[in-house]
Amino acid sequence: MGNLVEIKKLSKNYFNKKALDNLDLNIEEGKVLGILGPNGSGKTTLIKILTGLLRQSKGEVLIDGHNVGVYTKSIVSYLPDRNFLYNWMTIEDAFKFYIDFYSDFDLKRGEELLDFMKLGKDMKITSLSKGMTEKLNLTLVLSRKAKLYILDEPIAGVDPVARDQILDAIIKNYDSNSSMIITTHLVRDMENLFDDVAFLKDGGIILKGNAEKLREEKGKSIDEIYKEIFSK
Amino acid sequence: MDFNDKLPIYIQIMNYLKRKITSGEISECDKLPSVREFSSKLKVNPNTVQRAYQELEREDLVFTKRGMGTFVTEDDDVIMKLKKDTAKEVISNFIGEIKGLNFDDDEIIEIILNEIKKED
Repeated sequence: MGNLVEIKKLSKNYFNKKALDNLDLNIEEGKVLGILGPNGSGKTTLIKILTGLLRQSKGEVLIDGHNVGVYTKSIVSYLPDRNFLYNWMTIEDAFKFYIDFYSDFDLKRGEELLDFMKLGKDMKITSLSKGMTEKLNLTLVLSRKAKLYILDEPIAGVDPVARDQILDAIIKNYDSNSSMIITTHLVRDMENLFDDVAFLKDGGIILKGNAEKLREEKGKSIDEIYKEIFSK
Repeated sequence: MDFNDKLPIYIQIMNYLKRKITSGEISECDKLPSVREFSSKLKVNPNTVQRAYQELEREDLVFTKRGMGTFVTEDDDVIMKLKKDTAKEVISNFIGEIKGLNFDDDEIIEIILNEIKKED
């Protein structure tokens, strides 16, 4: 299987601060990659470059063989780390918004997921709890038939029941024709979802590999490896 | 099912299914849950469940029918072999521990016989 995403010598500076430093990373087709690191390690900067919200200072990013731009945006479905819907909307409006914006939006899948999340179309965005908002955002993002899903901290700050529903929805909607990038620092809750993991520290990858191989080689869970790396 | 941290997840899934097969909870010719169903239940990546099924197939414990799913073997001998292998593992752990208590072989056998009588 080929690489859907190729990142070569990627750097991003904010004035004097290096947010990403010479980072190399590939994502294979059909794989789920976990990008793991504490706050401030560069996860969100990396994601913003992949989604075209920021431009890199140096280096190359190819998604499905293309530089980040109109084409890559059409095949990438992105869950930001905060709510992206307007307060005046109902869930119905949010669906219409997505249908208008994205030709790959699958309404049937969306309605099934909404049902699974126990959300109703007449609910108002302002009336939703944090967990419900997260579930709605994820529903919209997963309902696109994208080649690459990028989920930035999908379970941060939600209660355990919502967390399980979110994990379930991710698993149910995973298919081998697309890839997924999930960033998190909640490694224990999410590690069983990953095919591959990359540990991000101070803007660089300090360890990456197949999750099962790392468990085997180190005799440790990914969570333990994470703690070992970042508690130093 | 709770995952132990130290082992690859696919091996833990294999062991879990092996225990179900040896205990008879899943019997010959039973259909295993679909990869999607099982991964959703266990909250693990479907590729990991797929890998566990593939490895079990390589050990001849399960077989796939095209378009139908994965089934436990119909071959009694294979299941008997799995039981015996599991028994060997249990016993070798046991022997390791009981030898640590400094009993000789005859004493160990006597203790086992007594305990088995109690169970009955």
